[in-house]
Amino acid sequence: MGMTMTQKILAAHAGLSEVKAGQLIEADLDLVMGNDITTPVAINEMKKMDRQTVFDKDKVTLVMDHFIPNKDIKSAENCKCCREFACRHELSHYYDVGEMGIEHALLPEKGLVVAGDAVIGADSHTCTYGALGAFSTGVGSTDMAAGMVTGKAWFKVPSAIRFELVGKPSPWVSGKDVILHIIGMIGVDGALYKSMEFTGEGVKHLSMDDRFTICNMAIEAGGKNGIFPVDEAAEAYMKEHSSRAYKIYEADADAEYEAVYTIDLSALKPTVAFPHLPENTREAGDFGDVKIDQVVIGSCTNGRMEDMRTAARVLKGRKVAKGVRCIIIPATQAIYLQSMREGLLETFIEAGAVVSTPTCGPCLGGYMGILAAGERCVSTTNRNFVGRMGHVESEVYLASPAVAAASAVTGKISCPDELE
Amino acid sequence: MKANGTVFKYGDNVDTDVIIPARYLNATDGAELAKHCMEDIDKEFIHKVKNGDIIVAKKNFGCGSSREHAPLAIKCAGVSCVIAETFARIFYRNAINIGLPIIECEEASRRIENGDQVEIDFDSGVIYNRTKGESYQGQAFPPFMQGIIKAGGLIPYINEKG
Repeated sequence: MGMTMTQKILAAHAGLSEVKAGQLIEADLDLVMGNDITTPVAINEMKKMDRQTVFDKDKVTLVMDHFIPNKDIKSAENCKCCREFACRHELSHYYDVGEMGIEHALLPEKGLVVAGDAVIGADSHTCTYGALGAFSTGVGSTDMAAGMVTGKAWFKVPSAIRFELVGKPSPWVSGKDVILHIIGMIGVDGALYKSMEFTGEGVKHLSMDDRFTICNMAIEAGGKNGIFPVDEAAEAYMKEHSSRAYKIYEADADAEYEAVYTIDLSALKPTVAFPHLPENTREAGDFGDVKIDQVVIGSCTNGRMEDMRTAARVLKGRKVAKGVRCIIIPATQAIYLQSMREGLLETFIEAGAVVSTPTCGPCLGGYMGILAAGERCVSTTNRNFVGRMGHVESEVYLASPAVAAASAVTGKISCPDELE
Repeated sequence: MKANGTVFKYGDNVDTDVIIPARYLNATDGAELAKHCMEDIDKEFIHKVKNGDIIVAKKNFGCGSSREHAPLAIKCAGVSCVIAETFARIFYRNAINIGLPIIECEEASRRIENGDQVEIDFDSGVIYNRTKGESYQGQAFPPFMQGIIKAGGLIPYINEKG
């Protein structure tokens, strides 16, 4: 029996010619990542280890992004702990205020991940890099500690679900709508322990930013990873951002999949996940009259360049509705700078939105946009669990940047084509 | 190794944001995290839970964020075992890696009710419900994971291997 794309990458990193779903393997890692929330816990775990050195100072990266610029004294202490660790171990890729971005937007942009890599990150959205044809998955802090020291991690080889993408999405339909549609279809545990492999001629109609968004939310269907084949667009992206050699893996023609779904991209509509699970999806036309208090456009899911451009296209010459707070967060310094050069920041500010330095802050209810009891937020982030962005009686509606920006203008959940 | 305690029963998709809300993630100390364990879905949990008590839930327990603070908060609250029909994969890894016993068992997840007295034998995977007088067979861990659990977590396991 043939192997899936994910299985091939794992086999190569375990030094095996073949692996099967369910097999336990130990794989060599190309990159181990942590952030300011998960790294301090990993550093504490690492102190218990016999070996006290990192396996490769070029392959351990720390990104300060969740609670920075520091939101309080404890966060400042956590970042200080990471900073000192990075300095002590002479890490080549430590990103702090001024250089940082939201980790899953930053690492591809900095060229730290390329096709064929095996990556773990102590953050659940590490699955994002599958867009580049890499195997990447989220782990906890203890796995991170072990990975930093040994350069290895244990995995149960996953089985896979294949999503055959066909057709071309309509205007205002983006990667976010594709992945919300899929999660709505298979549920928040529909891909539990499994790979989500995206294939088909529809892939060519999805930009790299769309693919990052789709892989980013594989975890919201319970997936171990999401992965796209490496095509010209992916190669062009890697050549632009990285000097590292990449390796292209393709699934065998006779690879086994637990299920195959065909998704007609041309039939998809703007999609919103209603509270309190990402699987509670509704399509445009079925949103009803949901008045909102806040909009957040940003995060590791939708804070990339294309997301900023889409938001600006909707907000250009319009105003954020009275009584709505609109918070826009470019995911990296480079995206922030490019947004400034293109005049997008001006558009946002003139519309009455605020623009923040990169941070994960509001997505996880950390800071920079916490919700009060009874408040509703349309957010381009990834989770709408109870209390995710603030009070347990607040509500989060997950949407694309286009829908979020349109909702900011009307003050209720809306599509861009509803605007005058 | 055995566990014995009163059950706190929850439903499907208990996510790590309700197990330990992100507003407390500026802490790394287990005892401090434990004070807020489950507070967004069960304010009474932390006041009622006693050492050795057991959490039983339905599908996809621990979904969402990779925060190890979640199993750590549960462990430091005194919980001796979490039983669920299924676990989200990162939570599953994290629990094994930090030495919080977890068992997947559909029947136990379906039958056990809030407040039941339950005993668990980790060697056999048998879950005995003293309140109802029933037994359920939980899934045994593969030998590799048993190695990690016996060592007391991933770090001591790696230290042992050298």
